Amino acid sequence: MIHSLFLINCSGDIFLEKHWKSVVSQSVCDYFFEAQEKAIDVENVPPVISTPLHYLISIYRDKIFFVSVIQTEVPPLFVIEFLHRVADTFQDYFGECSETAIKDNVVIVYELLEEMLDNGFPLATESNILKELIKPPTILRSVVNSITGSSNVGDTLPTGQLSNIPWRRAGVKYTNNEAYFDVIEEIDAIIDKSGSTVFAEIQGVIDSCIKLSGMPDLSLSFMNPRLLDDVSFHPCIRFKRWESERVLSFIPPDGNFRLISYRVSSQNLVAIPVYVKHLISFKENSSSGRFDVTIGPKQNMGKTVEGVVMTVHMPKAVLNMNLTATQGSYTFDPVTKVLAWDVGKITPQKLPNLKGIVNLQSGAPKPEENPSLNIQFKIQQLAISGLKVNRLDMYGEKYKPFKGVKYITKAGKFQVRT
Amino acid sequence: MAASPAYGEEKGGSSSLGEPEYGHDPASGGIFASDYKRHDDLKEMLDSNKDSLKLEAMKRIVAMIARGKNASDLFPAVVKNVACKNIEVKKLVYVYLVRYAEEQQDLALLSISTFQRGLKDPNQLIRASALRVLSSIRVPIIVPIMMLAIKEAASDMSPYVRKTAAHAIPKLYSLDSDQKDQLIEVIEKLLADKTTLVAGSVVMAFEEVCPERIDLIHKNYRKLCNLLIDVEEWGQVVIINMLTRYARTQFLSPNQNESLLEESAEKAFYGSEEEDTKDAKAEAASLAKRKPYVMDPDHRLLLRNTKPLLQSRNAAVVMAVAQLYFHLAPKAEVGVIAKALVRLLRSHSEVQYVVLQNVATMSIKRRGMFEPYLKSFYIRSTDPTQIKILKLEVLTNLANETNISTILREFQTYIRSMDKDFVAATIQAIGRCATNIGKVRDTCLNGLVQLLSNRDELVVAESVVVIKKLLQMQPAQHSEIIKHMAKLTDNIQVPMARASILWLIGEYCEHVPKIAPDVLRKMAKSFTNEEDIVKLQVINLAAKLYLTNSKQSKLLTQYVLNLAKYDQNYDIRDRARFIRQLIVPTEKSGALNKYAKKLFLAQKPAPILESSFKDRDHFQLGSLSHLLNAKAVGYQELPDWPDEAPDPSVRNVEVPEWTKCTSREKRKDKVEKPFYSDSEGESGPTESADSEPESDSEESGSSSSSGTSSSSSEEEDEEEEEGGSEEQSEDKEGEEEEEEKRKKKKEKGGPRKASPRSVGSEEEEEAEGKKVKKAAGPQGKKGHAESSSEEASASESSSSGSDSGTEAPTVVEAKRRKIPSSKAGPKEISLLDLDDFTPPPPQPVPSSSIISTSLVTDLEGLTLTDTSLAPALLSPAFGAVRTYELLHRMAGEGLSVEYCFSRRPFPGDPHMVAVQIQISNNTDAEVKSLRVSEPKLLAGMRIQEFPEIESLAPGDTASVVMGIDFCDSTQAANFQLCTHTRHFYVSIQPPVGELMAPVFMSENEFRKEQGKLTGMSEITEKLTLPEKCRSDHAIVQQVTSAANVGRVPCGADNEYRFAAKTVTSGSLVLITLEWREGAAAQLTVNSEKMVIGTMLVKDIIQALAQ
Repeated sequence: MIHSLFLINCSGDIFLEKHWKSVVSQSVCDYFFEAQEKAIDVENVPPVISTPLHYLISIYRDKIFFVSVIQTEVPPLFVIEFLHRVADTFQDYFGECSETAIKDNVVIVYELLEEMLDNGFPLATESNILKELIKPPTILRSVVNSITGSSNVGDTLPTGQLSNIPWRRAGVKYTNNEAYFDVIEEIDAIIDKSGSTVFAEIQGVIDSCIKLSGMPDLSLSFMNPRLLDDVSFHPCIRFKRWESERVLSFIPPDGNFRLISYRVSSQNLVAIPVYVKHLISFKENSSSGRFDVTIGPKQNMGKTVEGVVMTVHMPKAVLNMNLTATQGSYTFDPVTKVLAWDVGKITPQKLPNLKGIVNLQSGAPKPEENPSLNIQFKIQQLAISGLKVNRLDMYGEKYKPFKGVKYITKAGKFQVRT
Repeated sequence: MAASPAYGEEKGGSSSLGEPEYGHDPASGGIFASDYKRHDDLKEMLDSNKDSLKLEAMKRIVAMIARGKNASDLFPAVVKNVACKNIEVKKLVYVYLVRYAEEQQDLALLSISTFQRGLKDPNQLIRASALRVLSSIRVPIIVPIMMLAIKEAASDMSPYVRKTAAHAIPKLYSLDSDQKDQLIEVIEKLLADKTTLVAGSVVMAFEEVCPERIDLIHKNYRKLCNLLIDVEEWGQVVIINMLTRYARTQFLSPNQNESLLEESAEKAFYGSEEEDTKDAKAEAASLAKRKPYVMDPDHRLLLRNTKPLLQSRNAAVVMAVAQLYFHLAPKAEVGVIAKALVRLLRSHSEVQYVVLQNVATMSIKRRGMFEPYLKSFYIRSTDPTQIKILKLEVLTNLANETNISTILREFQTYIRSMDKDFVAATIQAIGRCATNIGKVRDTCLNGLVQLLSNRDELVVAESVVVIKKLLQMQPAQHSEIIKHMAKLTDNIQVPMARASILWLIGEYCEHVPKIAPDVLRKMAKSFTNEEDIVKLQVINLAAKLYLTNSKQSKLLTQYVLNLAKYDQNYDIRDRARFIRQLIVPTEKSGALNKYAKKLFLAQKPAPILESSFKDRDHFQLGSLSHLLNAKAVGYQELPDWPDEAPDPSVRNVEVPEWTKCTSREKRKDKVEKPFYSDSEGESGPTESADSEPESDSEESGSSSSSGTSSSSSEEEDEEEEEGGSEEQSEDKEGEEEEEEKRKKKKEKGGPRKASPRSVGSEEEEEAEGKKVKKAAGPQGKKGHAESSSEEASASESSSSGSDSGTEAPTVVEAKRRKIPSSKAGPKEISLLDLDDFTPPPPQPVPSSSIISTSLVTDLEGLTLTDTSLAPALLSPAFGAVRTYELLHRMAGEGLSVEYCFSRRPFPGDPHMVAVQIQISNNTDAEVKSLRVSEPKLLAGMRIQEFPEIESLAPGDTASVVMGIDFCDSTQAANFQLCTHTRHFYVSIQPPVGELMAPVFMSENEFRKEQGKLTGMSEITEKLTLPEKCRSDHAIVQQVTSAANVGRVPCGADNEYRFAAKTVTSGSLVLITLEWREGAAAQLTVNSEKMVIGTMLVKDIIQALAQ
């Protein structure tokens, strides 16, 4: 399946290579570089490239290209999903998935890659199993290791590997037993010029942080489970139970993980918590234009909208912008033509407004399209779909865990066309 | 020169990972010298006897490999360390070996013996990794060794090792394809494996080695379907893809009736098929003959068992299921996949890219499926261009009369985008909508014409091209547009657009008789500066005008042709020559001249604008080949549905002889059921899914997936209990005890059902349940040993938290053990295949400081284990428990400690021996913080200390359990027992008999295993049985007290068999005692572990002699 893996940074250096079968020369990456050049933008590099002898399947994560070399037919998503899992694992181990982190921990990276694939076929990808085989680096451990001479590598088969619950390791112990759930909902929306909603839906996830001793068996129930239209589960969730009772029943992995992600049915009308009044115009035959944007709260269920940031990709012809913000601060990068306005909290009494003059390149034709406004915001303690966790029960262990649920609503891909 | 400082620096800075230093080598002149020296340095470190130095050196070497630097000259130095004790060094050496062994084959052979030794290691991880490396080093000489190792590992006890064996198969195959036949045998064997761990890997091997051997799948088909949900996600993908192909060969098309009707309408799709069947009448006859379609229950099973996986978090799994449904499901059911696929669109952009490609293909054939999600394909300005274009493709495919207005409005916003490639694609899309939906053709055309005045040339050019195609459909009505376009020739520079305009004018020059010659005039002027494709069209236009309007254009045409004659491009020169001959009548020109007009101005069919994704579905969706629209290496064609269904009975799994008796058969079902996620386990097709869908779904609800059950589900509890009691009633040997048990159970069940079932009350109930069990526990203990284990399993089966999977077998096991010699007979014992089990799951370590063993055992029943985790190790048979002294009260200054081996599996780690420690405080002061510290253990041994005892009042006694992994040796575990004031050095030395745990096996298995363990592994000793030891009971008692073994039933009267596995490595220990005439007897012990075997023989003889 996966023959080799090359990690390439943005400047085109191959800084790590790993082969699971016989060695494939680095020169195979030339095809990739070619495609990269053609694509101009990193986002547009095709994920699958066909070369005379190999196929290259790549992903782009955190300024690194993970380029895998394939020789025979394999589902491309299989490889893509796996590469993302590799990046996730690095993130998990080193706190960030960056070139420096990988270079600093090259031996661990190599050991991880060795465990994750055997002959190109995934072997162990569960973070809990990997952590038993190869301990993540910490300062304390490296000090201890240098004194005691013990190693970072486990010498027994992780218990999870053999069980049907590979995601959980055995013998977990905590002094404080805690289980936290973050219900995070993101609103994806396209708002058209006139302010009406072209498309809106809610995508939610429940991220969990479970620090419970032993083998707890949890079940999480919702007040209104019917809201969830389409759900994808962490493998720990018992599907039949959900089918029959709409209860999430599971033995959780240890630590942080994504329990479910869901979509709220698109039939439900989505309450859009903010509105944007905008007036962007470029005058014909003059090198300036007007820019006036106001953001206001709407249907926010008594909660404050905060962390509001607006980013706009201005047309190429824009040279500079001369604006005044009644609230927050703005920046305009004349190179990338990105205007970013950090608004902060919206107070309904005094609506934030950004107004001023746009300077255009003289002589250039007026841009025919007004840029779309991308809005980010956050609303604490609110799940916009109305989803509510009913209760969390624990079986199988005797202690009383500390439980917590947090709701948060965010803007996902929230775009206002102007 | 530069070498020496670098050398020094490295020595100093070796603690930081050496990696980056290799990056900036000194000036290239010094490289060779310094490299040489560097490696010398590394060699020195590798040769040292300090593990830390070796590790450091290996880390630096691996860093070099990672950067792609050559480190092959270190091979001899590295390979020496292959047997290094330090596990991390060893692993890194493995990494190195796998990388360079291919290049240094002879030297690599030096390491082989180490791996061969590793293959026999008691630790399954070491066995597995030895096999992994051995099979990865790609040295052709060792093919026979690899083959042997794979064969052996394929029947290893540990499923993990078997998984590794499955992984090794394709490796060996790629090294030497001559081994195919032998490998297929191994694959066949592993396919029969029932553990989820192996399933994915072996199917992968199957796909790589012998994908054509579909016959190997028959017998395993149902098992694979049922196991699917519990297989790890990567395995799921492979299995689903394989089963899709399998189903295509074995079942009939669920859409056959429809497709036959469709065929006439959708000739394009089924064209090839139709050609085959020449006679339409025969077709009709076969349609009439064909029975109404009934879906094969196995087909249904596959569809049903894959459906839940649409909810997987893994995009590859979702895609695999989606393609399975697309290719296999009846039309009405395919819709379910749309939702899941749309969900994937929220994922990373690479995932979006692949999913959209597939959606594009699907949306052509099954448009209705994605229509409800139309808006999810709307494009954001922030999407990458390649995603935008794919979304556009899908939107275009989804367009129909009802939604076209919405889509066109959406397209209008896209046209203003700053991303010009995307705008061009949008214009194309509008063109396609216009051709497909007649209603909006004019609207689209008008819109496109407006675009002609767009400022951006690319947009205009693209519009021209699209308009050209549209106009071809009905040119007469659009002379205005053609005129408008003619004007554009002055401004548009894009060659393709200019060429299109010229073609249009030429083609329809009759509609614009005045303008056309003028355009030709202009073009003739600029001819030399045009691009090649424009030049060709100019010639074309000239020729057409010459034919229709030779008066005005004769000279112009001559001029153009003359220019073309001397063009640099040979195509243009050729064309000019050709056309001149064709249109200008001369003496030489033949008959063709007459037909020139027909040649040039023939009616041309309008182009069909169609998706590039059309007909891509002949590739299996989700595959690389589909994405590339070209056959990738190793792609397996998706076969067409067969006309006649092949015999479905091939999938029936043979029912072994002994199940002929009906009661037995039922019992077998009961036993096996929990092991599979679905109820239909191995039963025949008679239990079709369709016949009783309701009850079925319920059943699978209770027993499916990784331990679904949980206490709050009322139905399940009920069902479990029913299941249990049914089974008991079937058991004809219904002893009174069992009757009682059943009542008890019912009682337990009763109040539970009656009590209000709010979720909140659950915890209390659970606590109650525990109390009951606590009370029951000691009672059982006092009684007969066996009944206590019986009790335990009974409570287990009714315990709220436990899973249905664990119960049934334990109950049955317990029963079997009770009636070993009676009617049950030896045969039924093989019902339980040892290999099905994996060692007991990790169990919680009790957190409270003082906890009685009985509670510990109770807790065991409560743990939530998974189906296939049913303990392979039996609850121990109790002889008299012998206690040993750990600390005498004199030595311990009033603290006395005794220990005994409780023979219970140690919760938390199956490799540990549970040691029960009884601590009595005989002093008159409180002893505080009693704990274990500073264990001094031999390599590999581990201790799981008991939780610290905070205080022990005078006169009190506390009992705790600790676990020790003795590594299958009788070496003592030394540690300190600490109180708040003192430390006592103590040691626990296990008798050899305590290093094992009983296992259950059938007579046949016993024989089979014994057959494997002959020669060195067999130890035989003669002995004389003393008077009192000449009864069955006494012999069994003595043997089981000497060693923690389980009795194996035996046909012969005067033979006794026992089996156990060592706790750490799980090696089998088989004991046979043959009682000959009088007092003579012969004891045979078979075990891989010779030392254990020898010691065990001694111990047992001693025990029997007493």
